[in-house]
Parts: sequence; structure tokens; C-alpha cells
Amino acid sequence: MSSPLRVDREKLVLGVAAPLLAIVTAVAITSAVMLLTGDNPFRAFSVMLDYGSKSDSQVWIINKAIPYYLAAAAVAIGFRMNLFNIGVDGQYRVAAFFAAVVGGALSLPGIVQIPIILLTAMACGAIWAGIAGYLKATRGVSEVITTIMLNFIGGSLIAYFLQEGRLAERDENIVHTTDIPDSSFFFEIPTDPYPIHGSIVIAVAVGIAYWFVLGRTRFGFDLRAVGRSEEAAEASGVSVKRTVVTAMLLSGAVAGLVGMPTLLNESGNYGIDFPEGLGFTGIAIALLGRNHAVGMGLAALLWGFLERTGTQLEFEGYDQEIVGVMQGIIVLSVVVAYELVRRWGIRRQQRQVGEQLAAARNGKTATDPAEVSA
Amino acid sequence: MRRVSRLAATIAASAVLALTASACGESSTESNQNENNEESGELGVGIAFDVGGRNDHSFNEAAARGGDLAEEELGVTVEYQTARNGETDADRVQRLTALAQEGYNPVIGVGFLYGNAITEVAAEFPDTTFGVVDSVPEGDNTFGMTFAEHEGSYLAGVAAALKTESGQVGFIGGVENPLIQKFQAGFEQGVADTDPEVTVDVNYLYRDDDRGFSDPARAAEQADGMLGRGVDVIYTAAGSSGQGSIEQVAGAEGAWAIGVDSDQYEQPGLVEYQDSILTSVIKGVDVAVFDLIESVVNEDPLSGHHEYTLAENGVSLATSGGFIDDIAPQLEEATQRIVDGDVEVQDTPQ
Repeated sequence: MSSPLRVDREKLVLGVAAPLLAIVTAVAITSAVMLLTGDNPFRAFSVMLDYGSKSDSQVWIINKAIPYYLAAAAVAIGFRMNLFNIGVDGQYRVAAFFAAVVGGALSLPGIVQIPIILLTAMACGAIWAGIAGYLKATRGVSEVITTIMLNFIGGSLIAYFLQEGRLAERDENIVHTTDIPDSSFFFEIPTDPYPIHGSIVIAVAVGIAYWFVLGRTRFGFDLRAVGRSEEAAEASGVSVKRTVVTAMLLSGAVAGLVGMPTLLNESGNYGIDFPEGLGFTGIAIALLGRNHAVGMGLAALLWGFLERTGTQLEFEGYDQEIVGVMQGIIVLSVVVAYELVRRWGIRRQQRQVGEQLAAARNGKTATDPAEVSA
Repeated sequence: MRRVSRLAATIAASAVLALTASACGESSTESNQNENNEESGELGVGIAFDVGGRNDHSFNEAAARGGDLAEEELGVTVEYQTARNGETDADRVQRLTALAQEGYNPVIGVGFLYGNAITEVAAEFPDTTFGVVDSVPEGDNTFGMTFAEHEGSYLAGVAAALKTESGQVGFIGGVENPLIQKFQAGFEQGVADTDPEVTVDVNYLYRDDDRGFSDPARAAEQADGMLGRGVDVIYTAAGSSGQGSIEQVAGAEGAWAIGVDSDQYEQPGLVEYQDSILTSVIKGVDVAVFDLIESVVNEDPLSGHHEYTLAENGVSLATSGGFIDDIAPQLEEATQRIVDGDVEVQDTPQ
């Protein structure tokens, strides 16, 4: 009989094999690409490691990873129940815009105003995602279509209000919302040489809540059950429609927070220079982190590391596009590696079960072959 | 599975923490200063481009020409860096910081998005001169270079109104922001002052997304739509997207394209379409960039803000190809009116 220890070792092999395979493949393909274009991959990797581990790079990478992580968490909530919320991009922009407008209009003490800004952002994000959730639950409209379309509608909505004389003011060539008062800026963690953004606590809180709600509560179980099989979930008494709407609302509320590190720690307003496309980066990071609370954190840091060091590579005579190539290859390698390892694991398991059964049958008819061979 | 992945996660997390803790000592500034101190000042000029990159045949390329000229005439070396789409201020600050750290002086940001980043980085490197095109940064060691794009575009409007046969002209902007609206405003006014009967069809590629400056396919689509509606002169102010529109116009009989920022008739990449490029509204980014580099080389760096206007040839209309020679007197007259102040060109659309 196999002991529990043996089962664990089996799974440990599988657990380590996938990331290892992914990393080796990604490094190999990236090196091949660099060799083909006549660059030296080893020097590139050493430049990246060297520059990326500098203290200011570390701070930069962490700050950059905060919104990435939030975006990935928002996407992952949907992924866990087979909902593809492609609209995180639109959700966080709409949310950040209206949160910035509210923040610019009020001048309350920070302790009151920051929660108001955060709640406004979460509410706006939830409403924007909720539209797609509602349409999916009541009309069966695919959320892929609606969320993509809502991205464009959100962009146009912002462009309409983000004009001088509407909800924005003009400063040279940049149009932006009224600056939020200084007291509404989020705290910073003083590190040398640059501070880490205090909004990292938002990301950590979201990560813990994500892990707890999806992994440790009944709602999380229902949500994953719906993701596995809607019919089975429905039959066991889960309201699929309600779960869809709730999941979209939650995903949207988290998406609403994506713009907050930028708004409350950096810019203080929403202007035409506000970052875009974080929602799509979030999809890649959720895939890379396997929808796992810690995995996505590592993936977000990896992404920040690649972007930080990519600019440095350009100084060393490499094309900075190589970083985009690396990011793409890593995501593909991870997805492919996990699938390969999963299949390999199943085959291995089947073979073992087969061997055990055969051994058991042999044991009944003849003397135990193990003893003979020993 | 769950236990194993949790174990793996814990190990990975502690490894990251250990790495972070162990590497905390040195920042890239410190190590770079050690390496580069002796040679600083000798390294040359750092130019950071807007999206679209050096070879956009338009805005960035104009800045690059200024850099190339400085390499030739002043003997400096120029390091060019390019922005990715969807960058944040953090990326721009990093790029400029890296350039300043490496000892490049001056450091020039091309495009108004660099405005805030320049202000921030300039405060940390008081001995380096920072320049930015299309924005006015703060700080004693910064130089803001802006242009009277509306005045140049006014002349393009005059030319378009005189050259159109269908009585319809078009304007395609990359992104609907105040800068590109200056082009639109000047163009519309130039058309209206010349021939009030001519209508202007206005289209923007994106409302608020800087992809508008690097999406030639979309510009081609919009140009195609305009040509289909009978427009026969199209002025495109959209960085490297403009290529798409010029290609489309070149495929239509009797239609004219008006280029922007660089003299697009002279662009090697656009040679096959040059017979359709009526003229270009040249923005003297090259002159401005060269001036700043020269001032730093002469150890009397420019600072503050300068607007390059039509009066001082900071913006102008290209004549290569000779397609607007026949209307030169009218253009001359319009230029004179603006320079004399008889016509005040609006910088926001009506």
C-alpha cells in the first residue's frame, strides 16, 4: 500500500516539474532568439540580473508590480469560474477616473477621504463589470463580447468628461482632473533610495482576501463549482446566475482598485497620461501565476523585473523589444508546460495504478514476484 | 496538490525575500557613479523618443535629425531610446534617470508626455540640462520647446483650400488631445479664411490612447473613408500613423496628402508616395534640439521656455516637389498676415 508520504512525493515531482520546464523552455527559446539576431544572450541575462537586483530597481519593481497584481487578481476571480473578464482595462479606467473626480472635488481629512476615494473606485469598477454580469445572467450574452465593448464605451465616456470645462482642467498639453489634496495621498514606506508605495498594503489585503474567499468559504466553493460544471453546480443547489453576477461584481470591485496606486501614490489626478492597458497585462499575469494568490505576486514581480531591465538592455545595445518577446515566451511556456505536465502526470498515474493492479492480481495467483526477484 | 503548491510558494516567497534583503546594499546610482565619474560630460547627448520610435518619418525623426546634425557638426555622440506603447510615468522617469546617470548631458524628452517626468528627474540631477519638446517643465536646469503648430497648420489649410477640387478636405488626428487640436484648429481656420465654401471633415484615430501615434492601419482606414466621401486633400497629424494615410491617399487618383512634423516628401521610407504629398507642415524640432545641444556644448545651456513660431521659421510649409509653387503668392501673403499679427490663429477648435 502506498503511504501518504509517497503520494506527496509524487505530487511534489509534478509541482516542481511544471515551473522548471517552463523556465528552462523560456530561457532556451529567448536565448535562441537572441542568438539568431546576433546578440549574446548570456551577457543580456547577466546585465538583467545585475541591474534588476540593485536596490532602486527593487523598489521600482515592487511599485510597478502593485497595480499588476491587483489587475491579475481581478482577472483571476473570473478565471476561477470560467468567466473571461477582458474588461478589467475599462473597469479600472472608469473607476480611477470617477474616483479622481470625487477625490479632486472633496477636501476632507485624508483618513476620511482616502476610504471614500477607494470605495468610489470599487463601486464604479463593480458597476461597470456588473453590466456585463447582468447581461450574462439574464440574457446569456457572452461576457467576452460585453466586457470588450464596455472597454470602448468606458474609453469614450472618459474622453467625453475628460475635457476642459467638463470634469477636467488643462495644464499645457495635458488635460487632467482636479488634483486631489495632498492629505489624500497614500502613505509611503520609507526605503532607500526611493520609497515603496503604501498601496502595497491594498495589494496584500486583496491577495489574502482572494485566497480566503475563493479557497476557504462556501461562496468560493460555489464559484469554483460553477466554473467546473454549471449543470452540476445548479443540480447541487447553487444559483448559477447569482454566482455569475456576484463574481463579476467582485472582479470589477478589485479592478476598480487597479488605478489606485497610480492615483494615490503618484499622479494625484486622472489625466490623458494615466496608464492604460494594465487590465491586459493582468490577464497575462493571472495566466502566469496560475490564478494562485502567491503565484500571481511572483508573476507580477517578474513582469516588473523584465520591464525594469528591458530599458537597461537598450543601453547595452540590445533591442528593448526583446523584453516583449521574453514576456510572450514565458506566458506561452507556462501555459504549455503545465498542460504537458498535467498530461504526463495522468499517464504516469494510470501506469502506476495499472502496475499495482497487476501486482495485486499476480500476488493472488502465484507467489509474490517481488519476493522472488529479491 | 494544494499542500505541495503551498510548500513551493512558501519556498519561493522566502527566496525572494532573502534575495531582496541581501541585495539591498547598493543602488544603481551608486555603482554607476563609481564607474562613470571620470568620464562624465564626455558621453554625449541622451534623447528619449515618444511612441513610434525614431523611424516614424515624422515627429521623432525630426528630433533625431537634430541629434544627427549635432553629431556631425559638434562632434557629440547621441544615445537614442524609444518608448513602448502604454508606458507610465514610472517608465519615463526610469529612462530619463538612466540617461542622466550614465552621464548624458543634455537629456532630451521628445513629446509632451515627458513633461512631468523631466520635472521630476531634473530636480535630482541639478548639473544636467534637461530639454523637452512640446511641454514646459519646471526647474532651472530645464528647457521647454514648444511650437506654434496652429500657425503652420493654418498655411496647410490655405494650401488645401486652394488645391481641392471637390470642395472637401479632411483632417486626421492621432489622438484627440490639446496638442493635436492645435493642428486641427489652425487647419480649419486656414481653410475657412481662404474659401468659406470648402468643408473640413475631422476625424481622430483615438480619443485618449497614445496608440494613435503608431497605428498606420487605422489611419489608412479613416483616410479610405474620407476619400470615399469625396475628400481630396487630407492633412494627417498622427506621428507614424500618418504613413498609413499617405499610402491610402497615394492610391487615389487626384488626391493630395499633407504631411506633418518632418518634410515627408523627403522621407526615404515614403519615396514611392512622394508624388501625392502636396506639402508638409514642418515643425522645427530638429532646430530646437540642435540649439539646445549646441548651447550645452558651449557651456551656456538654454533654460526656461521658448515657443518656436512661424515668424522665426520655427514652423513652416515644405516646398519640395514643387506642388505648391503655383500658390506661393497666396501662402506668402497668409504668412505675412500671421507674422504681422493681422490674423490671430486659434489654438483650440471652434
